[in-house]
Amino acid sequence: MAHGEGGQLTHRLIQEVFAKAFGRGLETGYDAALLPGWEQIIVSTDSFVVHPWRFPGGDIGKLAVVGTVNDVAMRGGRAAYITAGFILEEGLPLSDLASVVNSMAQTARGAGVVLVAGDTKVVEKGKGDGIFINTTGFGPLLPGAALSLEAMEPGDVVIVSGTVGDHGGAMLVARSGGELLSPVESDCASLHGLAADLLAACGPAVKMLRDPTRGGLATSLVELAEDAGLDIEVEEAAVPVQEAVRGICELFGLDHLYLANEGKLVAIVREQAVDTALQVLRRHPLGKEAVSIGRVTGRGGSLYLKTPLGITKRLERLPGLQLPRIC
Amino acid sequence: MPEILEAFQDAKLSRDLLTMVRKLAAAYREKHGRPMALMEVCGTHTMALARSGIREAVAGEVRLVSGPGCPVCVTSQDDIHRMQVLAAQREAIVCTFGDMMRVPGREGSLQDTRARGGDVRVIYNPVEAVAIAAANPNRPVVFFGIGFETTIPTVAAALVEAERQQITNFYLFTAFKLVTPVLHYLLTLGEVRLDGLLLPGHVSVILGEGDFTFLADQYRVPSVISGFLPVDMLGGIALLLQMGIRGEAQVKNAYPRVVRYEGNPTAKGLVSRYFVPADTKWRGIGIIPGSGLALKPQWEHRDCRYRWPHLWQLEEDTEIAGCRCGEILRGVITPHQCPRFATDCTPVDPVGPCMVSSEGTCAAYYQHLRLAGHREKG
Repeated sequence: MAHGEGGQLTHRLIQEVFAKAFGRGLETGYDAALLPGWEQIIVSTDSFVVHPWRFPGGDIGKLAVVGTVNDVAMRGGRAAYITAGFILEEGLPLSDLASVVNSMAQTARGAGVVLVAGDTKVVEKGKGDGIFINTTGFGPLLPGAALSLEAMEPGDVVIVSGTVGDHGGAMLVARSGGELLSPVESDCASLHGLAADLLAACGPAVKMLRDPTRGGLATSLVELAEDAGLDIEVEEAAVPVQEAVRGICELFGLDHLYLANEGKLVAIVREQAVDTALQVLRRHPLGKEAVSIGRVTGRGGSLYLKTPLGITKRLERLPGLQLPRIC
Repeated sequence: MPEILEAFQDAKLSRDLLTMVRKLAAAYREKHGRPMALMEVCGTHTMALARSGIREAVAGEVRLVSGPGCPVCVTSQDDIHRMQVLAAQREAIVCTFGDMMRVPGREGSLQDTRARGGDVRVIYNPVEAVAIAAANPNRPVVFFGIGFETTIPTVAAALVEAERQQITNFYLFTAFKLVTPVLHYLLTLGEVRLDGLLLPGHVSVILGEGDFTFLADQYRVPSVISGFLPVDMLGGIALLLQMGIRGEAQVKNAYPRVVRYEGNPTAKGLVSRYFVPADTKWRGIGIIPGSGLALKPQWEHRDCRYRWPHLWQLEEDTEIAGCRCGEILRGVITPHQCPRFATDCTPVDPVGPCMVSSEGTCAAYYQHLRLAGHREKG
């Protein structure tokens, strides 16, 4: 089970099973793929198995559109078309399904993507968890986008578009029945506009984009550092986090750096372009709290965190999902 | 309230406190010829000390010994085995906290039991198990009750809910642990020198400062109840060093924003309504008299012991072969002294529970101290 949580076990599964069987090991370093022969088309696929399927700030339908739109955007593309596959568990109320599908349609309209193909399968009761959705998005590469791991170099700056851990925090409150906790909404949102603005303004000065979903900011940056073969150092105190999310983390014994985000991006930007990048991001409603949190420091391949006490520690992927403490 | 909490996250205050701790630690060493040895009793402290960098920052100056405060880690192998046997019989639904799923048992973990067809479900809150029982009226639903004084009232709340809704198929397996009996045990045993105790903030919210005064009165050990932010922990360590230098032994409450002298009487009342103290077996320690809880006789219709007595006739088997979690839990060795640490025992492939749990000492060292090449000195 923990193989699906975005940590060490997921990484091992991808490297040892999928990359080995399917080849094209290099493309595992990106959230979406350029199609060989059709170099201007980006494609990405993602499956959604979130529980509970409705949560503060969204539901599985919205997430299924947003997740794929964002993966395409993080590769410098703009999703234009999307396909959806549903796996429904027998007994799912039709009203629930209608609510999820309406939410998908509304989110797709907002993101400017058109649903072009779909499929539905029903499995026996007990063989699924209500509703599973797979989506695949396609779209053109944006002019000016020149994202590449190879372009990253020491001195580049790490920018995050806003507070981290909002989605993970919201899911935790939803799962634990935390009526007493401060309300936290998932940040679930389509990042295509934010990414496009940034790429239009900064062009090739934007070296890489990632959306830190499962495994959170820390896992995304560990992956970037490894994929690029460069060390990244993050200043813990600079990472924005909502007070409510910080409170939830203290209560449950979790680390906000590893909590999922569904509406934030991380950008690696050339130092000279940082001011422009931050201005552009902050002008967009989804990037108001954009801030630089660290930089690429040298050859290597590790992520380092400088804590407020002045201690520098190396961070790694977690083995699997973070679980609330018991004591 | 937010402004108050902000002060506890103040980076400058933390760094100033760290400087103060270092000065006091040097004065202690000067006086006693060795660093002060402090046990952090709670697994959350173990993780927070490692994560914040405090453990590294004071290495060699203060000796921080991790204690038996990780609920998953101290759960005995036999109790895990009982739950696995029960789940494997396919009659009951077993509900447990997530960390427990991956602890290796005699025949794999509860996760393996589930993969082989047993119905084992991860829940975040004991009341969820009551809801599962309500949704599955034809099957017994068992909650694997682990945890310390902090968790036990939430289980009592689940029992209140089951009684109120008259849900007859909800059962409890009691493997709870109590903090004060294990402190008595460790201090009487004297296996590890302890010059002071950093007491668990969360447990103290329930128990209150008053329940810990025996540490000063009976054992003459300076003790401080502390919260979990760097400012809290450094402040607590500074108070312990001051007492150590002066040769004083008191129990101080350095977490007064949530801990009262009398604790939480409502939670205590709820616990005593359902439970009585009982002997229980701790991993790596054995049976400590009165260190656990059993359901009172009037709640025997909720008690696994009455419904499935055969689980207590299983052969008992103490520990995982070659695993030194027991010594880690008693503070006798640090993870770096275990030859399996970070070699064949890792969070992905754990050998023992201390590497599995988010409150486990080995997991804390692995995640935060392994790569720094850090070695505990002193």
